Amino acid sequence: MGGTVTGPPESRVDPDVDLRVPADRAELAAHPAAVLGVIAAGGALGALARAGVQAALPHPPTGFPWATFGVNVTGCLLIGALMAVLTARPAGPLVRPFLGVGVLGGFTTFSAYAVDAQRLVTAGAPGTALVYLAATVLAALLAVAAGDAVTGRLLAAGHGVAR
Amino acid sequence: MTVLLIVLGAALGAPLRYLTDRAVQARHDSVFPWGTLTVNVAGSLLLGGVLAVPADPAVTALVGTGFCGALTTWSTLGYETLRLARTGARRHATANVLLSVVAGLGAAFLGYAVVSAFAG
Repeated sequence: MGGTVTGPPESRVDPDVDLRVPADRAELAAHPAAVLGVIAAGGALGALARAGVQAALPHPPTGFPWATFGVNVTGCLLIGALMAVLTARPAGPLVRPFLGVGVLGGFTTFSAYAVDAQRLVTAGAPGTALVYLAATVLAALLAVAAGDAVTGRLLAAGHGVAR
Repeated sequence: MTVLLIVLGAALGAPLRYLTDRAVQARHDSVFPWGTLTVNVAGSLLLGGVLAVPADPAVTALVGTGFCGALTTWSTLGYETLRLARTGARRHATANVLLSVVAGLGAAFLGYAVVSAFAG
């Protein structure tokens, strides 16, 4: 079990914003320019990193889109780890908007995932499209769970040693 | 130049995802993450349309890689699904993934078809 998911009262259904969590509800009103500013900056950094990976690993029209696949799975691993850390050790009010909403939200992409699959079908490779759609779902969900679980364990172990 | 266009598009797309998510999540009471679904489907529709015609590389960088890329997200979709599954809302978790994939793919095809028809 990871460290992210604990009791329901403080639960976060959505790492971007859970309006049932008072801190999240107040976040935008408290510092609107700072919150939106760090999200924009983080999103730009994440998008540039994604563009770099996609430029380094181009794929032919009927080939498996490895770059986008890798970006999305890596981003899912990192959001699992990030949320485990933030749940165990709450940080400043701009950390989650910057790293979670901004950097990882900007790094991962759903639109390229959907359009990659659409283009594979249009290019005459529906089998590859199906494999790509399913492989991303499976790998991304496993990555989130793994990021959360491993980070939760590391934090718990670190806590034990500190005692 | 391409770098600047990606930065500009993403600097608009990421905050818009956050604001859309807040606006949508404030309008219903269920645990279902409609906000993320909304941005992911909208971004897939737009990107499908943008890539239907041989676009200027500058437009692709600004609107495609930057804006649509940052407006949509897999990390939030993945985390929300894990969260739903772990809190016992397994049907919601499954529905979230299936609906996202089907609606996102449908939106990409729709955007592509509409723009192709008008450009054709």
